[in-house]
Amino acid sequence: MSKQTINLNVNGQSVTAEAEPRELLIHVLREQLEITGPHIGCETTHCGACTVDMDGMSVKSCTVFAVQAQGKEITTIEGLGDPDKLHVLQEKFKEHHGLQCGFCTPGMITRAHRLLEENPNPTEEDVRFGIAGNLCRCTGYQNIVKSVMAAAEELNKPESVT
Amino acid sequence: MSATAESVQERRAALKGLGTSRKRVEDARFTQGKGNYVDDIKLPDMLFGDFVRSQHAHARVKSIDTSAAMELPGVIAVLTAKDLEPLNLHWMPTLAGDKQMVLADGKVLFQGQEIAFVIAEDRYIAADAVDLVKVEFEELPVLVDPFKAELPDAPILREDIADEKEGAHGARRHPNHIFTWEQGDKAATETVIGEADVVAEEMVYYHRTHPCPMETCGSVASMDKVNGKLTLWGTFQAPHVVRTVASLLSGIAEHNIRVVSPDIGGGFGNKVGVYPGYVCSIVASIVTGKPVKWVEDRMENLSATAFARDYWMQGKIAATKEGKITGLWCHTTADHGAFDACADPTKYPAGFMNICTGSYDIPTAYLAVDGIYTNKAPGGVAYRCSFRVTEAAYFIERMIEVLAIKLNMDAAELRAKNFIRKDQFPYQSALGWEYDSGDYHTAWDKALESVGYSKLREEQSQRVEDFKAGKTRKLMGIGLCHFTEIVGAGPVKNCDILGMGMFDSCEIRIHPTGSALARLGTISQGQGHATTFAQILATEIGISADDITIEEGDTDTAPYGLGTYGSRSTPVAGAATAMAGRKIRAKAQMIAAYLLEVHDNDIEWEVDRFVVKGAPEKFKTMKEIAYASYNQAIPGVEPGLEAVSYYDPPNMTYPFGAYVCVMDVDVDTGVSDIRQFYALDDCGTRINPMIIEGQVHGGLTEALAIALGQEIAYDELGNVKTGTLMDFFIPTSWETPNYQTDFTETPSPHHPIGAKGVGESPNVGGVPAFSNAINDAFRAFGLTHTHMPHDHWRIWKTANELGLHAES
Repeated sequence: MSKQTINLNVNGQSVTAEAEPRELLIHVLREQLEITGPHIGCETTHCGACTVDMDGMSVKSCTVFAVQAQGKEITTIEGLGDPDKLHVLQEKFKEHHGLQCGFCTPGMITRAHRLLEENPNPTEEDVRFGIAGNLCRCTGYQNIVKSVMAAAEELNKPESVT
Repeated sequence: MSATAESVQERRAALKGLGTSRKRVEDARFTQGKGNYVDDIKLPDMLFGDFVRSQHAHARVKSIDTSAAMELPGVIAVLTAKDLEPLNLHWMPTLAGDKQMVLADGKVLFQGQEIAFVIAEDRYIAADAVDLVKVEFEELPVLVDPFKAELPDAPILREDIADEKEGAHGARRHPNHIFTWEQGDKAATETVIGEADVVAEEMVYYHRTHPCPMETCGSVASMDKVNGKLTLWGTFQAPHVVRTVASLLSGIAEHNIRVVSPDIGGGFGNKVGVYPGYVCSIVASIVTGKPVKWVEDRMENLSATAFARDYWMQGKIAATKEGKITGLWCHTTADHGAFDACADPTKYPAGFMNICTGSYDIPTAYLAVDGIYTNKAPGGVAYRCSFRVTEAAYFIERMIEVLAIKLNMDAAELRAKNFIRKDQFPYQSALGWEYDSGDYHTAWDKALESVGYSKLREEQSQRVEDFKAGKTRKLMGIGLCHFTEIVGAGPVKNCDILGMGMFDSCEIRIHPTGSALARLGTISQGQGHATTFAQILATEIGISADDITIEEGDTDTAPYGLGTYGSRSTPVAGAATAMAGRKIRAKAQMIAAYLLEVHDNDIEWEVDRFVVKGAPEKFKTMKEIAYASYNQAIPGVEPGLEAVSYYDPPNMTYPFGAYVCVMDVDVDTGVSDIRQFYALDDCGTRINPMIIEGQVHGGLTEALAIALGQEIAYDELGNVKTGTLMDFFIPTSWETPNYQTDFTETPSPHHPIGAKGVGESPNVGGVPAFSNAINDAFRAFGLTHTHMPHDHWRIWKTANELGLHAES
């Protein structure tokens, strides 16, 4: 099958990938661009481990063709913070024990990031509804919800800068 | 002493040792997407493997034509049983003493069974090639109901052993029968039941389900032909055992095999067994000389690897009129699927199902388990559970409720009346276990008081009245559970896996500047070992947990251990850690005495240092001692400061807990709403309360899943009906409640630090609590027992059968 050239922006960097029209974005990210933060948990859009941000929307990159990302801006967990300056969500997940095995965590935080962009003052119910597309088997969600709520509170402090 | 000296309390706090809610050291990499899971491994020239699987549950394989697949550019090879046979790898031993086909050898026995292994340059080509392999089948009659396995017209599944009258666990009475396992006193129990005031009987089915961790199973094998070394990365909960098995199967000497468990995305028992994919990736790497990756997809995971439960438990429980239990009888029909691949210690074909007397002082008991072959996937793993403890706890906690109904007694009162009393520990159970410690009445009273139990019962009665008066269509259920686990396998004298005694290990090196490295035979899959084992050690050797690195999972560096499952890490490897730490301290004491110029007996340990008795200003800190061990010639003492411990536990540990679940159940829609869930856990000494609470939240959510909808269901042709996450229920954040956690602390008397393990308790106790709540909601309308999973449809059906939808 012939390959297409795809130009996209990933975590602020312009990159080029070669992919067959049928190739999934998650595979191109992980195997060509070596961005292994987003994971593959089901390949059927149910689990959300592969969640990334595409032009300001959460998408499950296991059901987006790589060619659909042509010209798009993609943000993955790797683009949210760096070791010297973690994103508030990364800090709060650590502080509130919002993860265990860590497999769902990149997708979960990436989704929570978009949720807070869309709704900076969520109720607990908003958070529970807003992350319901991301499954976790370890935590029972209670501490994930706590982490997201704490991040929202932190981000809403006047002095806070993301 | 210096005026600025830190107090003992400050120094103790600085260690971040036992009892501290220390933040996890693992989280930095996981929150930044820098975990290293199997599918993240990328090696030069790596190939991908994918399986051709059976669409039939039972069929003869007449032919396999791989020619079209081989013609596809990028396909390197297609392996079938014929290719594996010369290597004697077309079958492999299971953990339960049976054998299992690696690739279909003449027939297939379950839907999804591995038939051929395609090796290709990338995963897309491999998937294309799978479609091009042509398999000709001759369909055979399918057996899905274990109760029909021994009928005259039942198809014989395992023709390879059809004539063998003796299996790994004794006599087989039929080709589809695997074993009968009996415990306790059958005659005495039947006498007690025959003479009892009251006997309650019930068939309690714990349905088939699956651990379904977020990460599926996978492996990367790399055979280095230059050096003759095989490296195998994989989703292994027991990497050392995998190395031994790989050596025995492949003939490669064990020192030439390195097995690595990298980060594991949840295990829950799914990653204990050895799967055909692991074997095929090894063979493929040997054949091609290149690294080969195999990672299953979710449908393969759910339909072909490691189911859990599927126990039909027929029970009888006998009691006096006053509610004192006198006897328990249980016959279990265990559906094992096509191969007996249960992950149990060798001598326990039904795991620790004989813990089914639970938290109760039951003087006489009998248990028999019959293992049966059916056309379903093999497995029988302990899904967040210590070898069938979950089945046992569910059985006894349902039987108690059924008995309470028969006695017309409150189920909380019936439990309290029969608990093993605190003064009875160590307690010898009728089915052969010695419970180490417990204080059930205290935990139970605390739980009932915390939830306001009597008020809840009043509210429930009022609700029934309101329902009958047509004021509401919602009933209220109060689900009680007091469970006792048996974890930490186990004493080597009676527990082994494939002949390997179930000890565990820890090796410690103290560095010259006073930091440390500890390596263990276990492997974390989310439990936070790097955090908690450092805490155990910090308290033992007085080095801050922040200065201790914990490593696991690489067989070239870690000491041999039996791995992480059955809540055994803390009871066994945690004990080894403490014992190795004590060896370090013993040597440190000699060094300190030398440095302080006193006799060994004249100094004592204090948090992080040895202090001269009666002269607190004279001391040597662990840091000073560590340095001295490397830079001074101390007479009679070897340089360096290292220790290793292989710990063989004298007994299992017996964590317990008291759970209460309050639910509202909509009679017309079958929707259940968890109003409150209170979980009191007693796991002995608590190492990290934050992590304990996290484990409880997670285990309860897995219990919720199982009790309220999660199942691996088959149709009559053996088709898997729940092979994707659309059909297989995993609760989202939306339907998961907030849990209320609590604890009591009854240390284990035989564990070096008194810890018992906690990871599986919430699943073991949670399932009965959720199920009892649903059953209890309908108790006032004549329901005795209804089977899990209690999804909305089944709840509606129960209400309908009880006539609660009847229009006059």
